[in-house]
Amino acid sequence: MIMSVKVRYFASLKDSIGRSEDLVDVNGIVTVAEIWAMANANRLMPDNILAAINMEYVDIEHSVQNGDEVAFFPPVTGG
Amino acid sequence: MIKISADLFDPWHEVLVYQNSAKHWAGKFGATNVFVGTMRDFNDGDSVTGMILEHYPGMTEKQLEGIVKQAARDWHLLDALVVHRVGEIKPNEPIVLVAVWASHRGDAFDAGRQIMEALKNIAPFWKKERLQNGGERWVEHNTDGYLRSSTNDMSAFSD
Repeated sequence: MIMSVKVRYFASLKDSIGRSEDLVDVNGIVTVAEIWAMANANRLMPDNILAAINMEYVDIEHSVQNGDEVAFFPPVTGG
Repeated sequence: MIKISADLFDPWHEVLVYQNSAKHWAGKFGATNVFVGTMRDFNDGDSVTGMILEHYPGMTEKQLEGIVKQAARDWHLLDALVVHRVGEIKPNEPIVLVAVWASHRGDAFDAGRQIMEALKNIAPFWKKERLQNGGERWVEHNTDGYLRSSTNDMSAFSD
């Protein structure tokens, strides 16, 4: 089954990639790390990156479901 | 209550208005712990003239609600108020308010600290600083909230 996954980027990561979001079509079960690789073929995932699915933190090996929103961002600096 | 504010806010006014509107715990609270984080005009040895606070709308509120719920499980609280600025901020303006109300000070102190440290660690906000020299830079990480500052400017209170 073809799934559509929205990918979002924030802060310095958004600046360095040059995009705030991607729409990735995938076939079968994929992980967060594989979503990164599909959306950013020529760019290694930064070591300190944080990932979320549907606004909850997840490990990069977590699997992604159809319709999920996956987000990647650098360490947070609020407060 | 969680509030994300694109506008300047007065933390002391927020505390007063919230407390006065909270009828269900009027007379029950013996301890209010208020933390206010304010923008400095310096960071990492440079003069800073302003900053932009980016956030992840939706996730920010979700994480902050989870943080407050966890604090309410860990401590005996009556209520909590968290206000955080986003957008353009100038030095001397408040960035964050964490206020907690409890019957006793132990719960109020510890829950306020827990909420603030969790906010610093997991709430998806990012600061981009504007420097005096015209440059801009993203703040890369928050400092450890349990580290002691190396300087003490209250020398008038020293022996």
